[in-house]
Amino acid sequence: MLKLERVGLELGSNTILTDVDLTVPPGESVCLVGPSGCGKTSLLRLASGALEASAGHVVNGFSSTTAVFQEPRLLPWQRMLDNIALGLKARGMKRRERLHRASQLADQVGLGDFHDHFPHELSGGMQQRVALARALAVGADFLLLDEPFGALDVGLRSEAQDLVERLVVDQGIATLMVTHDLTEALRLAHRIVVISGSPGRVVFEQAVTTPFAQRSHAWLYEEAGRLLRQPVVSESFLFHPDSEVV
Amino acid sequence: MGSVIRTCLGWGGSLTGVLLFVALWEWGSLAYGSFLLPGPRDALSSLRAFADNGQLWTAVWATTFRAITGFAIAALVGTALGLVAGLFHTIGRALEPVSTVLLGIPPIAWIVLALLWFGSGSMAAVYTVVVTTVPVAFAGAQIGARTLDHRLQEMGDVFQVPFGMRLRDFYLPHIVSYVFPALITALGVAWKVTVMAELFATEEGVGAGMAMARVSLDTAGAMAWIVVVVTLLLVAEHGFLRPLQKKMEPWRQVKSPAMPV
Repeated sequence: MLKLERVGLELGSNTILTDVDLTVPPGESVCLVGPSGCGKTSLLRLASGALEASAGHVVNGFSSTTAVFQEPRLLPWQRMLDNIALGLKARGMKRRERLHRASQLADQVGLGDFHDHFPHELSGGMQQRVALARALAVGADFLLLDEPFGALDVGLRSEAQDLVERLVVDQGIATLMVTHDLTEALRLAHRIVVISGSPGRVVFEQAVTTPFAQRSHAWLYEEAGRLLRQPVVSESFLFHPDSEVV
Repeated sequence: MGSVIRTCLGWGGSLTGVLLFVALWEWGSLAYGSFLLPGPRDALSSLRAFADNGQLWTAVWATTFRAITGFAIAALVGTALGLVAGLFHTIGRALEPVSTVLLGIPPIAWIVLALLWFGSGSMAAVYTVVVTTVPVAFAGAQIGARTLDHRLQEMGDVFQVPFGMRLRDFYLPHIVSYVFPALITALGVAWKVTVMAELFATEEGVGAGMAMARVSLDTAGAMAWIVVVVTLLLVAEHGFLRPLQKKMEPWRQVKSPAMPV
């Protein structure tokens, strides 16, 4: 499990996060929502170990952690299958074995016909699916997702959310996902955590108990509306020009 | 079909340029007389004479060997140092002035030093090529290493990519795209410097042939040697370096994106 205890983060003279308590138990999908610039991505980087907390403790007890970033971050000089197999290669798996595993994952994300394509030959949505397959390939038990579908249009986004639900949440992989879209969070989360303010802190937390199969579009919008009617949530999504970190 | 026509047009265009140059040369020769400026035909017949008495092939072999040896050493050393300098800023700051100094010393000065240190022979020529081309490869590799994408590095951290694999799969392919143009420049420099070093320091080779031509006032012979060295350079660049670049960067060859699904 991932445990953040009274975590604070300072970068230079800016305090980004303060007093954040957060746990992600095995198999749970947690969505972080909040306005731009509130430190969501920094929180994710703390969880991945890319940043070190200036205060408090970050304990990551998962056996292996991977991530899907805002941009695909594929190696432009490697073909799609090699990109998916990157993590397996890093773990020393033999080429034939890892390409076999990669082609299975390519099929699962619907890219079975593009094995030998280079990233720039794929559309943005396809590239992001390659990034998802790459993260899944290593069989991690904890996945960090940093607004992975922010750049996609509504249709592609919904498709990508289906993939995450089927390949990640249903498989019992614990996730910590950052998004600024409440409906996306409601669709994929077991628990929603709202971060807001400057410096950012956890202002609201709510479990989502409705089974995934029953989360229809109507339900999503209704539930998002209900969340936004909570004063603390609506306040955090309002624009505060003074408190924005410049 | 279209690509065949385009290739033909490309080759035709290059050929037109070459023929135009030859025509200008011929015209100059007619205008100034064949003693000052022997025409292309005189140069060709000199070339044939060199080939007949075996001088041509020994010279081509000797010059090629020196240029390529010096170039290969410089490419390896310069690229390795450039990588280190780009990745570690302190080392970069220490090596940069050295590179500038090497660039600033004229090749002719190096030849004099090389003659004093190594005496006349291949060693002097190879040494001169190495010191004059190392800074070029160094600069290319350094810029390549400095412009590495830090977002890919973070991705590598998350996937726990070990250092060896990071070097091979993250750093080198990026750096190659900076190093190759530098190497092509370095190759041209290597050839010119070799010929110059040979002029002073060796008994055989294209440069030595030019020294002979100078002594015997054989202008046509000098022209013939120029044709030889230009041909050698073109063969090395288009017959070796460019195909190698294509092979090492297959992802740059694919132009059109696939249809998004």
